[in-house]
Amino acid sequence: MIRASTIKTLKIDDRDFSARHDETILDVARQNGIFIPKICDLKGLSPVGACRLCLVEVKGSNRLLPACSTLVEEGMEVTTTTERLQRYRRNILELLFTERNHVCSVCVSNGHCELQTLAQKLDITHVHFRYRYPNLDVDASHDRFSVDHNRCILCSRCVRVCDEIEGAHTWDFMGRGIESLVITDLAEPWGTSETCTGCGKCVHVCPTGALFEKGKSVAEMLKRREFLPYLTQMREEHS
Amino acid sequence: MPDEPTTRKTILIDPVTRIEGHAKITLHLDAHGRVADAQLHVTQFRGFEKFCEGRPFTEMPSLMARICGICPVSHLIASAKACDALMAVRIPRAAEKLRRIFGLAQVLQSHALSFFHLSSPDFILGFDSDPARRHIFGVAAESPEIARNGIRLRQFGQQIIERLGGKRIHPAWVVPGGVSEPLSVANRDAILVALPEMLTIAQLTLEWFKGVTENFREEITSFGNFPTLFLGIVKDDGGLTFYDGKIRIVDAGGYVVATGLDPATYNDFLGEKVEPFTYLKSTYYKPKGYPEGIYRVGPLARLNIADRFGTRRADQEMAEFHEIQRTAVLSSFHYHHARLIEILYCVERMQQLLDDPEILSKHVRAIARPNSEEGVGVAEAPRGTLIHHYKIDDHGSMRWANMIIATGHNGLAMNRSILQVARHFVHAERLEEGMLNRVEAVIRAYDPCLSCSTHADGRLALAIQLVAPDGAVIDELRRK
Repeated sequence: MIRASTIKTLKIDDRDFSARHDETILDVARQNGIFIPKICDLKGLSPVGACRLCLVEVKGSNRLLPACSTLVEEGMEVTTTTERLQRYRRNILELLFTERNHVCSVCVSNGHCELQTLAQKLDITHVHFRYRYPNLDVDASHDRFSVDHNRCILCSRCVRVCDEIEGAHTWDFMGRGIESLVITDLAEPWGTSETCTGCGKCVHVCPTGALFEKGKSVAEMLKRREFLPYLTQMREEHS
Repeated sequence: MPDEPTTRKTILIDPVTRIEGHAKITLHLDAHGRVADAQLHVTQFRGFEKFCEGRPFTEMPSLMARICGICPVSHLIASAKACDALMAVRIPRAAEKLRRIFGLAQVLQSHALSFFHLSSPDFILGFDSDPARRHIFGVAAESPEIARNGIRLRQFGQQIIERLGGKRIHPAWVVPGGVSEPLSVANRDAILVALPEMLTIAQLTLEWFKGVTENFREEITSFGNFPTLFLGIVKDDGGLTFYDGKIRIVDAGGYVVATGLDPATYNDFLGEKVEPFTYLKSTYYKPKGYPEGIYRVGPLARLNIADRFGTRRADQEMAEFHEIQRTAVLSSFHYHHARLIEILYCVERMQQLLDDPEILSKHVRAIARPNSEEGVGVAEAPRGTLIHHYKIDDHGSMRWANMIIATGHNGLAMNRSILQVARHFVHAERLEEGMLNRVEAVIRAYDPCLSCSTHADGRLALAIQLVAPDGAVIDELRRK
C-alpha cells in the first residue's frame, strides 16, 4: 500500500533536496550521504531526540533542532556542520564519557562501538570535564546476557526496541537526570524478569558494550542491527 | 641510645634506572659510614586485585594484562588459565600449543629487552663508565653488532606476538577456553623462516657473554651471592616449562625440598608479607617462615630447579651452566647467563611446536559457562612464576582476586642483594657514581617488573643524597 504523501523541497548545506513530508532532516541527510552524528537514533525505532548529537541549524529558527525528530518543511534551509555545532557535539560526547566508566581497552565492544567511533570521527583526543567515576554494578543474572551500567549512555534504544518491536516492554528507566538507570521490570535482576523473552534485540541495538552476550571476550561483541528495518516493514505489511 | 641515632645517615637512589617500573633504594649507614641496611621501595600502587571485583570473569585476561606493557602475554596466559579453571574445561590441544608459542615469544622479547637494552651497557661500557653514554645507544656506538642483534631478537619476539595476537602490546587473542583465532599457514611459515637467524644470534650472544663473564669476578661474588631456595614450575618429568607444570622448590645445595606441588594450593606453602616501606608484597616459603623462607624465581631459579630443557642446544648450555657451581648456582649475576640460555631454548622450542601439523588446527576454543567458583592459573613469566587466583559468583562476576607476580617472589632476595652489593661497593666517605650503579645493577639482574607497566629509559635523573637525621644534605650526587 502506498500512502499519499506530499513532496517538500529543502536545502541542506546549500544543496537542494526533495523529500516526503513525513521524513526527517536526518532521513534526507542519510539518504544523500550527508554525515550528521547521532547515537540514540536507530533506523527502525521511533525517534526520541535524546542524545542531542544531531542538532542542526535551521534558518529562521533561533534554537538548534534535532535532525532525527524534525520533519522537513518546504523551503527549509539546514546547516549540518558549523564550528558551533561541532563544539557542542564534542562537548556532548565528552560529557557522555565523563558520566560513566568507559574503558575501551577492556570492553567487549572495543572496535565495534558507536560511541568510540563517533569520538574518533569528531577528533576527540581528550576529555575536558572531570570524570564522575560512578560505582555502578554489572547485572549478570541473566542466563545469556549482561548489562554493564558503566557503559550505558541512556540512549533508550533497548527500551524502545523492547517496547516497539518485541512488545515486551521489559526495559524502562529509573531515577532522574544523572541518577537515571535502565532497568528490567521493576528494577529486578534481569535474570528473574518475567516479561523478558530472551530475544536479545536490546543487546544488538545497544550502541556500546553496555548490553552484551555472556562469554564474549574483549572486542568480540559484534552487533547485528540490519534486522530492525525488515522487522518493522514486515509487521506493517502484516497488520 | 645516646649518640648512635644521631650519626646514622641515609643514601637514597631515586629513581632506579634501566628497570621496568618505578622504584627507589635507601641505604642506611651506621655511625662508621658502613652500610647497615638496604631497602628497595616499589613506589607505585596499582589496585588491580580490588577494582576487578564485580567485573565479568571473561574480561579478566585483557584487564589483568594491563598490569604490564612488557609482559602482557604472561598475564594473559596466567589469567586465561585461571578462567579455564573457572569454566572447568580442557582447552583444545592446538590452543594450548599456540599459547605456548605466544608465551615463548614473550619470554624471548622480554629477555632480549632486559639483557641488551637494559643491562648490556654495564657489560660492554663498564659499570664505572660515563653514565651519559651508558645506555643502549652507547652500546650501539661501541658494539653495533651486539646492539643490532638485541634489537633484532626483540623485534622478532614482538612480531610473533603480533602475528598470533593481532598486535604487539595487549593483544586480546588469548581468551578463556583457548585462543580466538587459529594460526594461518602464512603466519606459521613467516615465523619458521626467521628462526635460523634467531638461533644464530642467540648462540653468538651466549658465546660472547661467557667470554666476558671473567671480567666481572667481583660482581659475581657480591651480586646477590647467598644461599636461598629456588622456586618454579616443572613438567612431570622434571623438564623446564613456561606454560604448565607443578611447583618444585630446591635449596641452595641443589637438593629438591618439595616437588609436585599443585600450584592451585600455593596458599598452603607460600606466605605474603606486607612491609611498610614498599607497595611490593614479599612472598616466602611458609614451612621455613619469614624471612628464612626467602626464595628466588626467574631464569636463574628455573635453571636450578629443572632437570633439563628438552632441546639439544639449550641442554648442552645447561650442563655447562651447572659447572659454574656444583650446588645450585647462587649468584644473581648469573641471571643474565640463564636468561641467554632461555632465549636459545625459546627459539629451539618454537621450532618444535611449529613443526607439528596440529598447530594449524581450526579447533582452538572451548566454549563453556562458569562451572567452578574458584580458579588458579599459573605460568612462568620471563621473570618467574606468575599466579592468578580468582573467585566468582554464580553469574560469573568476579568476587575476589589475588595475584603473585614474579617480582613479588623475588622481593626478599632483591632487598638482601642490595644490602650485599652496597656493603661491598659503597663507601660513604667517597661516594662515586659507579658504586651506586652497581646497587642498581643488582636489581637489573633480577629484571624486576615493578610497575609492570612502564620502564625507565636510562635517561631519568638519579639523585643520591647523604642526609643527616635533621634533614641536612651532607653529600649529593646527581645524574642528569
